[in-house]
Amino acid sequence: MTEHAHTDCEKMLGFLSEYIDGGLNPELCQEIEKHLAGCENCRVVLNTTKRTIDLVHAPVEKPDLPEDVRARLFKRLNLDDYLKPK
Amino acid sequence: MNKTMPTEISLEALVAGDRAEFARLVDAYSSPIYRLGLRMLGDPQDAEDVLQNTFLSVLTHISEFEGRSSLATWLYRIAANEALMLLRRKKPEVNLDDVEAADEAEDLLPTQFVDWSALPEDELLSGEGQRILDGAIATLPESMRLVFLLRDVEGLSIRETAEALNLTETNVKTRLLRARLFLRERLSTYYGGHMSHEE
Ligand SMILES: [Zn+2]
Repeated sequence: MTEHAHTDCEKMLGFLSEYIDGGLNPELCQEIEKHLAGCENCRVVLNTTKRTIDLVHAPVEKPDLPEDVRARLFKRLNLDDYLKPK
Repeated sequence: MNKTMPTEISLEALVAGDRAEFARLVDAYSSPIYRLGLRMLGDPQDAEDVLQNTFLSVLTHISEFEGRSSLATWLYRIAANEALMLLRRKKPEVNLDDVEAADEAEDLLPTQFVDWSALPEDELLSGEGQRILDGAIATLPESMRLVFLLRDVEGLSIRETAEALNLTETNVKTRLLRARLFLRERLSTYYGGHMSHEE
């Protein structure tokens, strides 16, 4: 572990999400970047959290609605007339 | 929000009872709503119930839609409610309002510090990798999972997520952070072991 106060890591962690989403004010960003420069653990947490979110966004598996589910839905909503293939 | 709204849906037409327009709305949103149901309930039949009940509710209440939020947010709000109602019925033991638990910072603290973020994409997105990610999402506590699904999977903003779930933006941020750290921890456990294995 590095020698800086552990509370800095916890503070950093509290802002991690907003830092990644880009919603923080510049002063706070600067403070966080200063901490990151000196704290490897927090850098790892930042990198791997970013990567985790990237993976969720990756357009690998976004299955469309199964055709039979769609057909039953349209029937239930009395939309049979509009049940042509998309 | 245009990601899920391929073509502009006319609210006027919907309120006037235009069935063709309603069919277009159903086609534009049924996939994400079904996905949400599937991820929340973990069962295709339940997901189908959420889907059908959502649009039945839309039909009943469309004239009451006041346009304070976007139509998409309103739809997600109905879908989330349907999912929660079904969840309460199916799993009464689940605590959906564990705000207190969500505010406890302790279990936020990461314990895994292997940097797997530079692993190649095709390895991370392999069938196995995808299975690990899906499994981790499925084990997220429900109250966090719903926030995470709307924000990070379906791409709603913090504000839209708060509107859809009747939460404060602060609540949404807290739960989102916890969800992301929870998933990161799970993936780190897996890929950390994976990497030391290959050395
Ligand atoms: Zn740190």
